[in-house]
Amino acid sequence: MITKDYIILSPEGIHARPATTLIRLTKKFGSAFHLKKGDTVIRLNSMLNILALAAKNGETISVIIEGEDEAEAAIAIDEFFTEQLKNL
Amino acid sequence: MKGIGVSPGISIGRACVIRKKEAVLTGILLKDEADIRLEIEKYDNAVTASIKEIEAIIGNEKLLLRPESIAILETQIEFLGDPQIKSNVVEKIKGDKKSVHDSLVEVIRDTVELFKNMQDEYLSARSSDIQDIGNRILKQLNVSVQGGQGDQPDGRIAQSGTKKFELGTILIAEDITPSDTITMDPTHIIGFATQTGGSTSHAAIIARSRGIPAVVGCGEGLTIIADNDLLILDGGNGLVLVNPDPDRVAEYQAKKAAYAAQSDRLTALKDMAACTMDGEIIQLMGNISQVEDLEQVFDKGGEGVGLLRTELFFMGSPSFPTEEEQFEFYKKIALRSGNKPVTIRTLDIGGDKQLPYFELPAEQNPFLGYRAIRISLDKPELFIAQLKAILRASAFGNCKILFPMISNIQELRLAKSILAIAKSELSAENKAYDPAIETGIMIEIPSAALIADLLAKEVDFFSIGTNDLCQYTLAIDRMNEKVKDLYDPFHPGLLRLISYVIEQGHKNNIPVALCGELAADPMATLLLLGMGLKEFSMSAAAIPLIKNSIHNKRMSKAKEVFKKVMEMDNSKDITTYLQEVNQ
Repeated sequence: MITKDYIILSPEGIHARPATTLIRLTKKFGSAFHLKKGDTVIRLNSMLNILALAAKNGETISVIIEGEDEAEAAIAIDEFFTEQLKNL
Repeated sequence: MKGIGVSPGISIGRACVIRKKEAVLTGILLKDEADIRLEIEKYDNAVTASIKEIEAIIGNEKLLLRPESIAILETQIEFLGDPQIKSNVVEKIKGDKKSVHDSLVEVIRDTVELFKNMQDEYLSARSSDIQDIGNRILKQLNVSVQGGQGDQPDGRIAQSGTKKFELGTILIAEDITPSDTITMDPTHIIGFATQTGGSTSHAAIIARSRGIPAVVGCGEGLTIIADNDLLILDGGNGLVLVNPDPDRVAEYQAKKAAYAAQSDRLTALKDMAACTMDGEIIQLMGNISQVEDLEQVFDKGGEGVGLLRTELFFMGSPSFPTEEEQFEFYKKIALRSGNKPVTIRTLDIGGDKQLPYFELPAEQNPFLGYRAIRISLDKPELFIAQLKAILRASAFGNCKILFPMISNIQELRLAKSILAIAKSELSAENKAYDPAIETGIMIEIPSAALIADLLAKEVDFFSIGTNDLCQYTLAIDRMNEKVKDLYDPFHPGLLRLISYVIEQGHKNNIPVALCGELAADPMATLLLLGMGLKEFSMSAAAIPLIKNSIHNKRMSKAKEVFKKVMEMDNSKDITTYLQEVNQ
């Protein structure tokens, strides 16, 4: 299992478009993905749940990845939060 | 009535009120496990069919969808397949033995309520996305039940693509879904106003991109409007006027004509050359960072790429992009540009631009430090990879190479000798490139501007970067709050440098472009024309404005203005004078 914390750097937080990109990204891997903000943990496969998490700019969230390809998945997630997100 | 103007423009037309009918629950209860399985299967089929329906909209070239509309439709696909919505529906089917129709209506209703009541404006606006996908699935369920086109579950206008509205209709609704906006026929529907919604609602974004005037968030007041009321919709100011008197109508007709004339003039300019009143042709180019920006440049009537910044591509990469990866990127832009020029600037990092995988030590004065060409010359293996990638792309289009931050002639010669190595390596590898590729430099350091006469003999073109040239000439860090007011692109010292560079370009028969913010400032256009500048490069959005500005100018006047400005000793007089002559 890999857990990584990210500070969200995107003025609008994780809104619909990044959520779509994120879900599509996770579908490329066999691992299971979860998002954690505060005490709330959700499975990273539902637009509804991701939006309801209301992750805003500057807030910290954790991504929990578990599965055989978790190492590659973590690299992709890393790129998403550090690079892609601010352009979405 | 006041709302939030989300899409500018004025429409005068007749109201058509869309009343929301609540979806009716059937109250049917399921009998056994077989029924339950069947209902869940129906749900899955309806979702699959809805996704196909959206994919068909995305794939329909006739709709000429813009990228923002496609992005919104793609989020809808993810919403449709949402496992949380499905599990809520399945729970009702299994637990309460309700039909899939009733279960879905309840789940969507609850979810919409939940989002509507969220404090966050953005999330609250998502309720219409959820309603939208609910309607889609319900429609598919009805199709399969009735074997034909189902009625709209709640009287919305999702079928407006097929339903005919009268010419000049202004839609009035509690809320309008993104799909409604995407399929709306703008020849019949000339605007809409809604009770709810905010500027971030997807319907608002699409209305803007399709040029349909819209006002949202008008509140309960909107309910006083009845079908066929005469309406004036002012999408820029967020106004809805109901049954206005004739004077008002006349006033708004004049405003509408003025608005249309302005935007028509700018659109009409798109395919026209940027030409002064006395026939001087000027080239307007775009500054871009990625492939998407290129579409914008051509959309706005740009004639090529005056500056491709390669930093963003490097920043978006997990490690230094290989020659191959860079080649693919440059090739895409070269191909899309056809025979139009694409000026590719080699990596300009350092200063305020960092790469996550390339650690630069903290410096006392990063803008005076290790950056741009200085890094490239220090790391020839990285530089050669980039040069080879650009050269290979030159086999697919009209590419040019631009070196940033040249401060003396030795740097230029060294950069050119590395370029020669890159060419010979490619020849040895039997890879195609344009051997006569044009090579130019950025003039953004005062020392380079002052030896423009010498540099001009060894390059094919100059590109003046006014932002850096200004900060280096005036010794002003524009990011520093305390001194940023001293940053002054109309400082006579800077104007002299720019004019000298342009003059030396002409004397040596090489073209000079200007790609800083000054190029996009209409107040500077006349002066720059007077200096003899023939190529302006700027962000796509500024192109129509500057083209319009050039169309109103005469070279004779420009030369006179330039002469006068050169006699002035401070920027305040210069800007006051330029404002006067631009009136």
